[in-house]
Amino acid sequence: MTLMKKFLGAAAAVAVTAGAALADPAIIFDLGGKFDKSFNEAAFRGAQRWADETGGKFLEIELQSEAQREQALRRFAEAGANPIVTTGFAMSTPLSEVAPDYPDTKFVTIDGWVEAPNVHVVGFAEHEGSYLVGLLAAKASKTGTVGFIGGMDVPLIRKFACGYAQGVKAGNPDATIIANMTGTTPAAWNDPVRGGELTKAQIAQGADVVYAAAGGTGIGVLQAAADAEGVLSIGVDSNQNHLFPGKVLTSMLKRVDVAVYNIMTAGENLEVGFEALDLSQDGVGYALDENNASLISEDMKTSVEDAKAKIIAGDIKVHDYSSDDSCPVLDF
Amino acid sequence: MEKMPKWADIALIPLLNLTLAFGISMLVILAIGQDPIEAVKLMVSGALGSTYGWGYTLYYATNFIFTGLAVSIAFKAALFNIGGEGQAALGGLGVALVCLYIPFPHWSVAIIFAMLGGAVFGAAWAAIPAYLQAKRGSHVVITTIMFNFIAASLLNYLLVNVLRPKGAMDPASAKFPETTNLPTFHEMLEPLGIAFSKSAPVNISLLIALLACVLVYILMWRTRIGYEIRAFGESPSASVYAGISPLKITMIAMLLSGGLAGMMSINNTMGESERLIINSIEGAGFIGIAVALMGRNHPFGVLLAALLFGFLYQGGGELALWMSIPRELVLVIQGLVILFTGALDNMIRIPVERMFIRAAKRKEA
Repeated sequence: MTLMKKFLGAAAAVAVTAGAALADPAIIFDLGGKFDKSFNEAAFRGAQRWADETGGKFLEIELQSEAQREQALRRFAEAGANPIVTTGFAMSTPLSEVAPDYPDTKFVTIDGWVEAPNVHVVGFAEHEGSYLVGLLAAKASKTGTVGFIGGMDVPLIRKFACGYAQGVKAGNPDATIIANMTGTTPAAWNDPVRGGELTKAQIAQGADVVYAAAGGTGIGVLQAAADAEGVLSIGVDSNQNHLFPGKVLTSMLKRVDVAVYNIMTAGENLEVGFEALDLSQDGVGYALDENNASLISEDMKTSVEDAKAKIIAGDIKVHDYSSDDSCPVLDF
Repeated sequence: MEKMPKWADIALIPLLNLTLAFGISMLVILAIGQDPIEAVKLMVSGALGSTYGWGYTLYYATNFIFTGLAVSIAFKAALFNIGGEGQAALGGLGVALVCLYIPFPHWSVAIIFAMLGGAVFGAAWAAIPAYLQAKRGSHVVITTIMFNFIAASLLNYLLVNVLRPKGAMDPASAKFPETTNLPTFHEMLEPLGIAFSKSAPVNISLLIALLACVLVYILMWRTRIGYEIRAFGESPSASVYAGISPLKITMIAMLLSGGLAGMMSINNTMGESERLIINSIEGAGFIGIAVALMGRNHPFGVLLAALLFGFLYQGGGELALWMSIPRELVLVIQGLVILFTGALDNMIRIPVERMFIRAAKRKEA
């Protein structure tokens, strides 16, 4: 309630004196919604942690239409919010149009790509993290068949799938990988029912480890895998091991929360540039906690740690789908 | 007097329905612990309080006028076209192909071809369900819904694999060349000395949408083919007896409907995003159904209903922006408006009608 009053006060203040400096950070969640248990929620957790620790406040909005992207950016910029954090690759184009109009405001894109002096770009090496969980999947699979379920068929998800497939092949060169996408509309990011059905279909084809990179849809994947006998799932973005303890092999961590937390901590003094968060900075990784300790054997742990060290050292090159729009081990 | 006066029918009843819908919405806002008065103020000032707000309201309304007209024409022929979503998506593809691959000297030429491109693609997408309905009796409701999914898949495939610039992460086409960019209200009104918000997306497509309303009216009520469409919709068997071909009317009504839905893309694809994005329609095809229902399938009613929904979209967006009201609540408000003006219309209509009749009788006595 107090938060709301502050927003209203801010809105009123803006209406009267345009350009009043609010200097609170703002965050814009993509169409998947704030509580997708995955990508956007990780961003929210980071912002919330910052607010809890500093007592600060942040403006936020969950987008509900494409035309709102630019609208939300401009409104927050005009309200004096700084920095303005955006999640999702779809913000790239609106951001590149809005950012030059507000040179004193710092914008952040997570997963997007914008070249402007006041836009901070945060990119994650999802292919590296996916490689590690793929390796674990291959080692954990008894049938030699593993599954991948993506949200929409977009380049970012292909990047996940391609890294995963490379990891699987590294763990077991004869493994079969079944890859499916949930849908062709943005609803695919939030369709746990269909996620569950796809998982059952993959299980019927022999898959016994299924990796979900599908936002809120992944909950259905994890559920269906947990319901089936002897099938494990792999979560994504946030640590999802706790959702079904003992049934989730691991989670591919994408530390969006850390990135958002650091950005909000830096606040207006954020150093603008390109921030590549890969394995070496723990920007991506695999989750190991008490919920999945029994599933990861010593042997698996050694080989995945070994692969991690080699990727960091540059001895293993994980092919990045987005670098040339192709994947050596998986056809789309 | 057996009926209530006309002004009550077209003005009072919708107004009462809206009041009820907003009343319940305010109770919902109260129930989640927010201040309903502030919320309404915010919605009104956000949607209508500035040229910026108007710019967005009218932009959304433009989409809804096209899809609302599309649904209403098919409706007049007793065809329930639920495929506005897919037809508009294909229209977007048509607009994008025209804008990307034909070098235009000026936007005024580009828009004519883009309209043609959008209309032809949209109409083509409606033609198959129409043909199946007319020739095979496959119900148009089922086939148009299914065609929405096919359209989404087709667009997804094309944007990811064909139209996407190399290396881009966003599944969208390249930017259209600058000569195809439509003038926004800001640019159109500046020479007249009227300052209009620069960032609002409303553009010249709105005028085309208004023109479309007039043309649809003339077509439906002032031409022979319009008469045939309406006659067929009222009674197919009687119209066959009168020598009207069901195949011809079904095809024409659906082609017009699909074409109008496809033309919506000059507003969102050519006017706003200036490239083809994967989620460009975002439900406008479905909102069109509500708009047509509320507007009683009349172009003027469609225009008013489209403005109302444009207001709800933009005002709702402002709510989500400035209050801690979850975005789902905006959907609740929209749902209540549709519920009261569409489904529960008779709940108000019958008592009000009785009241008028009773009052008239008392006067006579």
